[in-house]
Amino acid sequence: MKYLLRRAAFYLVTAWAAITLNFFIPRMLPGDPVKALLNQYHGQLSSDATHSLYVLFGLDKQAGLWQQYLEYWGNILHGDFGLSFSFFPTPVSEVISQSLPWTLGLVGLSTVISFVLGTLAGVYAGWRRGSWLDGMLPVSTFFSAVPYFWIALIAIAVFAEGAQLFPASGGWDPALIPSFDGAFIGSVVSHGILPALTIVVSSVAGWILGMRNMMVTVSSEDYVTVAHAKGLKERTVMFGYAARNAVLPNVSNFALSLGFIVSGTLVTEMVFSYPGIGYVLWKAVGSKDYPLMQGVFLIITLSVLVANMIADVVYTMLDPRIRREA
Amino acid sequence: MTAIDKNDTPAAARTGGAVLAARALTKHFKVRGARGRRREVHAVEGIDLELHRGRVVALVGESGSGKSTVARLLAQLYPATDGQVLLEGEPVRVSFGKRFRAYCRDVQMIFQDPFASLNPIHTVGYSLRRSLRIHQGLKGGELESGLGALLEMVHLTPAARYVDKFPHELSGGQRQRVAIARALGARPKVLLADEPVSMLDVSIRLGVLNLLAELKDEFNLAILYITHDIASARYFADETVVMYAGRIVERGGSEDVTQRPTHPYTKLLLASAPNPDSQETPEAGNGPAEAPSLVSPPSGCRFHPRCPQAMDRCRVEVPPFFSANDDQLSACWLYAGEDAS
Amino acid sequence: MVTTTVETTPAPARRASSRLLFLKNRKTQVGLAILGFFVLLALVGDLLAPYDPGHTGPDVLRPPSGAHLLGTTNTGQDVLSQLLVGTRGVLVVGLLAGLLATVLSVIVGVTAGFLGGVGDELLSLLANIFLVIPALPLIIIVAGQLPDAGGITVALVISLTGWAWCSRVVRAQTLSLRRRDFVEAARANGESLPRLVFFEILPNLTAVITTSFIGTVIFAILSEITLAFIGVTSISDWNWGTILFFAQNNQALDQGAWWWFVPAGLCIAAVGTALTLINFGIDEFVNPRLRTTGRDAKLLRAKRIRARVGFTPVYRGTDGREGS
Repeated sequence: MKYLLRRAAFYLVTAWAAITLNFFIPRMLPGDPVKALLNQYHGQLSSDATHSLYVLFGLDKQAGLWQQYLEYWGNILHGDFGLSFSFFPTPVSEVISQSLPWTLGLVGLSTVISFVLGTLAGVYAGWRRGSWLDGMLPVSTFFSAVPYFWIALIAIAVFAEGAQLFPASGGWDPALIPSFDGAFIGSVVSHGILPALTIVVSSVAGWILGMRNMMVTVSSEDYVTVAHAKGLKERTVMFGYAARNAVLPNVSNFALSLGFIVSGTLVTEMVFSYPGIGYVLWKAVGSKDYPLMQGVFLIITLSVLVANMIADVVYTMLDPRIRREA
Repeated sequence: MTAIDKNDTPAAARTGGAVLAARALTKHFKVRGARGRRREVHAVEGIDLELHRGRVVALVGESGSGKSTVARLLAQLYPATDGQVLLEGEPVRVSFGKRFRAYCRDVQMIFQDPFASLNPIHTVGYSLRRSLRIHQGLKGGELESGLGALLEMVHLTPAARYVDKFPHELSGGQRQRVAIARALGARPKVLLADEPVSMLDVSIRLGVLNLLAELKDEFNLAILYITHDIASARYFADETVVMYAGRIVERGGSEDVTQRPTHPYTKLLLASAPNPDSQETPEAGNGPAEAPSLVSPPSGCRFHPRCPQAMDRCRVEVPPFFSANDDQLSACWLYAGEDAS
Repeated sequence: MVTTTVETTPAPARRASSRLLFLKNRKTQVGLAILGFFVLLALVGDLLAPYDPGHTGPDVLRPPSGAHLLGTTNTGQDVLSQLLVGTRGVLVVGLLAGLLATVLSVIVGVTAGFLGGVGDELLSLLANIFLVIPALPLIIIVAGQLPDAGGITVALVISLTGWAWCSRVVRAQTLSLRRRDFVEAARANGESLPRLVFFEILPNLTAVITTSFIGTVIFAILSEITLAFIGVTSISDWNWGTILFFAQNNQALDQGAWWWFVPAGLCIAAVGTALTLINFGIDEFVNPRLRTTGRDAKLLRAKRIRARVGFTPVYRGTDGREGS
């Protein structure tokens, strides 16, 4: 598994880079957000919170940069991202751990649906050019060119405000008590449908187009022609020969565009007030809650790294050349 | 008035001093093996060569024998692992900058594939003007007349028709003529021609070879003609050098080497070429019919696994050159005892 | 000198005509037309705007009418004027960020591709790290902590996070070009290193660089508008994101004020689609196989030609177009 080990090493380096970036950003930027903040709170902050701010932003002038860096790492490894201002005195880690499952559920599910749907549509569009699916290309281009949040706005206007089919905001009906009963789960599902639909509609076009173009390229390879000439069934040739090879770049693209999709879904959550991490980020931005913003950035980055890792494992399973290399 | 001056130090050529020479030239390429292990490809091993003005030396060998590497080493495109390149008796080692420019003013190279060696986005005129500007510092009207002269030299006439053409608008033969013209733009003393006709249609190969011969006489060029076609070496070259797996196995006058081969490899090479004069069936070697690995080359004589006349000694000791016929040298133990013959 | 000019002038003209051939692609033409329209608005938008975009008026939350073609906001501001004035901010920031990111990525990509070895591995690692780290949260924490995140600052931040994709593509292309014979041949002919990079390699990368430039501009415009929509950047500069920010924060949805948020979204979509279409045109120019047979489909069906796998059907009749 040499390939996977190399990828794992890369993700470790990236995680290190992200954490270090997170450490340096508040120290490198001009202006002094913390001082402004301290003034704003007029001594309402406890000494604990002030200290965590000092550590986070390096106002602790006594300690050298290197020592600050080490202390910062110590905190991170203990899961200590400081205290949130807007949910004071809740630790950032607690705010994040409450919202993360919502995001993972929403983004995970809708991204997988979008990928599978888009790839299948791409296979058909690439296999039979000139069909009605080709006519859909401009439409999907349009959907991929608009920001996620605008589609979310339209979805709310049409399905929630207009048709009253689905709720417009939140993750569940506030009248219900969170538990594992049918009513609550049903409420979660009905609240999730519109955000999920938004994500699928905005991201599916990219997969269709990528897969279509790969299919078109692969279909003119000689081995596909040979498979035809052998008299294999069209479906066998289409999936077993053409799509099997065309899907590989799409999977590696999946890993690369994950960051982009996650960015889009964060904003979608903001519009739907969905109790996920994007909504938390929005709250944090609105109330200038810097510890929370930075904690959210780290968690999002680390989640994306894990997702990339999974995509790499899938890729290894799909590509026999890399499997053999091990 | 041609742009290239014809009587450039003819004395040097007649004194017998080689204009470009290689001494024990060696090139090993570092490659990363399957498991990240570092290995070396022994592409060229201890080659001696001399190029004289007004003469053509043919370097013959199968693909992978290291002949193209020799050309690139002589053009200083690769640094040699060991050994020397001597230009007019002086050892030279350059890689970039002014000294490299000065070197390639004397030593120019023609590449095998005329479809790949011309930048698709530049016109013929651009490529040739660059050459004239770099090496002769021509500008303005002089540059344009020099350009016309270059194109006429390689028989691309009327010149005006070709100046603004892009490479894809030309045939293979025309492109190779452009590549030759670009090399001539530097007024070189030495032309390294790396399989200049092997990518061309058979029908136009002779035309390009004749052009090279003509230019050789006109400008007193020293030409290294690299080829896998031993028959064309006989036609075109004064001296023929045969390479196998990075080493020279036989050298001598072209007529001798091609008509009376002494080394078993040369014999095999000639027998494999269809020869209308000969009634003999080609004798087959008794070994594997493929080039040996250059990562771990065979011990002793590198040809011994394929050689029909291999002896025990061949597996152990590298054969030096023995005089097989008058001026004909053969790196084969078969001639160890018959130096006199 | 006179003869020189006479003889050299045809060359650039010819080159331009063969290089600009992609303009004949219909997708590119449509894309360029839409983009041109918005560029025009960016230039003269504030002259065309019927009202001052910040001016509040008595007509509050009115649907489109003769006086206000696209209606008004909850404070009586004219939506059309906001849209027109905001165009410049969107395009300037998008193009500036795209340009900066492209320059950065070409420098990194070409250097990495040309250097090879350890230098290449380090630069590629840097690009890959930036590619994997989700850009928007990074932009948000940087822009959110800046005291004043105006247009230029936002463009800088976006370009610093958005260069990696293009640099990867450029590196891969440079790597394959560097090993081509024509680069080696130019070197053997005494061309200097800068000359090799700028005159032999870079011109061959034009298509790749253009497509990634356009892709980066799309990314930059979307990021910029998203930032404005979230409220990270200063709301004093008008752009389409700011309009949506106010619409969202003042319950335009609940009040059914569709005219407040629909036009801005459509404008974003139009610019995005235009840029994507230009890219499709270039892609199809470079790789003719990707051409959709969509427009020919009717013709082919009429002639009973079925698009089979592996072949691009070409009909050369009286109304047939050239294909390959």
